[in-house]
Amino acid sequence: MDVTFRHLTKRFPARRGSSAKEVIAVDDFDFTISDGELVGLLGPSGCGKSTALNLICGLLTPTEGEIFFGEENVTAIPVEKRGVGMVFQNYALYPHLTVYQNIIFPLQNLKGKDRLTREQMRAKAEEAARLVQIGALMDRHPSELSGGQQQRVAIARALVKLPRILLLDEPLSNLDARLRLQTREEIRRIQLETGITTIFVTHDQEEAMSISDRIVVMRDGRVQQIGAPQTIYDDPANLFVAQFLGTPPINVFHGTLQGRRLLMGGVPVLATDTDEIRQITVAIRPEGFIVDPSVPFSCSLQAVEVMGRDVSCVCTHPAMVNESGRMRAIIDAGTRPDAGVSDVHFRLKPEKVLLFDPDTGERLYAELSTLR
Amino acid sequence: MMEQKNYRAILYLLPALLFLAVFLVYPLADVFIYSFEEGFNFASQVYHGIGLHNYRYVLRDPYFIQALRNTLCLVAITVPLSTGFALLISVALSSLPTLQGLFRTIFFLPYVTNTLAVGMVFLVIFGRTPYSDGLMNALLSVVGLGPVDFIDGPYAAKMFVLCFYTIWVVLPFKILILTTALASVDKQLYNAARIDGTSRARIFWRITLPMISPMLFYLIITGFIGAFKAYSDAVAIFGTSLNNAGMNTLVGYVYDMLYGDSGGYPSYASAAAILLFLIILTITVINLLISKRLSYHTGGSVR
Repeated sequence: MDVTFRHLTKRFPARRGSSAKEVIAVDDFDFTISDGELVGLLGPSGCGKSTALNLICGLLTPTEGEIFFGEENVTAIPVEKRGVGMVFQNYALYPHLTVYQNIIFPLQNLKGKDRLTREQMRAKAEEAARLVQIGALMDRHPSELSGGQQQRVAIARALVKLPRILLLDEPLSNLDARLRLQTREEIRRIQLETGITTIFVTHDQEEAMSISDRIVVMRDGRVQQIGAPQTIYDDPANLFVAQFLGTPPINVFHGTLQGRRLLMGGVPVLATDTDEIRQITVAIRPEGFIVDPSVPFSCSLQAVEVMGRDVSCVCTHPAMVNESGRMRAIIDAGTRPDAGVSDVHFRLKPEKVLLFDPDTGERLYAELSTLR
Repeated sequence: MMEQKNYRAILYLLPALLFLAVFLVYPLADVFIYSFEEGFNFASQVYHGIGLHNYRYVLRDPYFIQALRNTLCLVAITVPLSTGFALLISVALSSLPTLQGLFRTIFFLPYVTNTLAVGMVFLVIFGRTPYSDGLMNALLSVVGLGPVDFIDGPYAAKMFVLCFYTIWVVLPFKILILTTALASVDKQLYNAARIDGTSRARIFWRITLPMISPMLFYLIITGFIGAFKAYSDAVAIFGTSLNNAGMNTLVGYVYDMLYGDSGGYPSYASAAAILLFLIILTITVINLLISKRLSYHTGGSVR
């Protein structure tokens, strides 16, 4: 089932008597999510991603714009009739019902010709429980389950009625690190197995990158970029997206374009094809550095963190945009600088260097290449 | 270590235990003994026999039978009605979009009003004076009914006023408890149910009601106990000679046996008090057994 947004906007009016201004939680969403896709809405907290999810399921009505499920305009359809499945951040399991009763709860709402017999319900519930591997827990109450198990029950309850669309609100945020890793693979597996169009919300870029077919990066209610995780990582539309994705985060420097060269801290680092002379913001992925004593660009080394195959060099450089002046370069362990060295010289990989407008943060495109 | 903790716990509990022993356990035991002593006399502190005579007398006393019937009638009518009304009003209150606080305050006002003051108001509404038949009869005459003497007339009319009054008085507290219980239900449960296409009625029966059931059972149990102990309400409307009005309650009967115009029979009063105690105990035990089966908090989820 495709999901299409047409100029979808949600404004929350300013409250009377308070200084809070009108909030535009979702600002002019206009894109399509294809059938069977797993899409992550990614953004910092307060960017409107949960509002977007509530608009899709119908708990909120949009101020402007429309939502389509396939060909059907569902904007005015009440939440009860939209046929979506939703997994809440706190799971929202009914505490007084057993796991089995929780799972069949949506099925018991079916009326008329869709009405199911007891046996049909049991069969469907068992199928859903098998999918999320909680078959042995059917007679327990939610309070007797671990966080991970509760979440599986919530997913089973959302899936059992075969929803047109599955929505997940911060599905992994209440789980510990190990379970998180396991569950995100699980969600991917379940989504592939059922083929249901799935939209999930997260503030964790790693989570979004690891399982999404496509990511929608949001900031202050506006879509910043939509694309496959790798595309967004390699080719971000603006500085915000570049900084939001990737661990360790991208390193941002002040730079200058001059004489067909890119200069950082006064020294040339890369060649470029543009004759423009201007100030520019340079962002370099941690993996974009290669130790090369023969080049002039140098950073003062603060620490070397061993990560196994790679090492992470924590350095400072005066041209860094952030105040600490701290940057991180991930280099091959074979090229790690000796202990006691105070300066490291780096050559840059041109494809890992991104240029941005220092005022607007918009991406600037210029051909970059290694200096000869 | 464990032993030490136990001593400390008992030490902390001691004042409360002492109070309970002196003001509750001892009088209860004393009343129990009185109830078997025949013809006990306060002044001379003598009695002439031990046996079931007091119980036999009380159970044959037409005034006791009347008080028992009145009390049972009051309990059977007011407990379900007041709990039901309170639930209805609380649900309506908590679905109000605005002015919830104002309405909650209005509904709570009767609770902080003096019982006798409310009784006076009821006399204005239901009472008869040489000049008027009261507010209620004025209303009834509009639809072509009445006049009915609510205070000194037929039994059903008098019982109606007493029940009306009792419900009116106990309603605010129940509304307060239930609105609080309703507010503490996780809103996400409602959202989840709505997304799953649950009708409003089903959300109420399958989610709201079970979630507030512990509080509901608390109200029913305390409601039963309160209604069995009704006395001041009847006095506020019908005056102190309740036996003559035919509206006496069990507690009223006990009081009359001790201090009333026909009083001075501590043995009979004790026997009646013990009977009342047994009735309340039985009802409460039954209530607890039922609530244990139905209320979700004890339904096996918590051990």
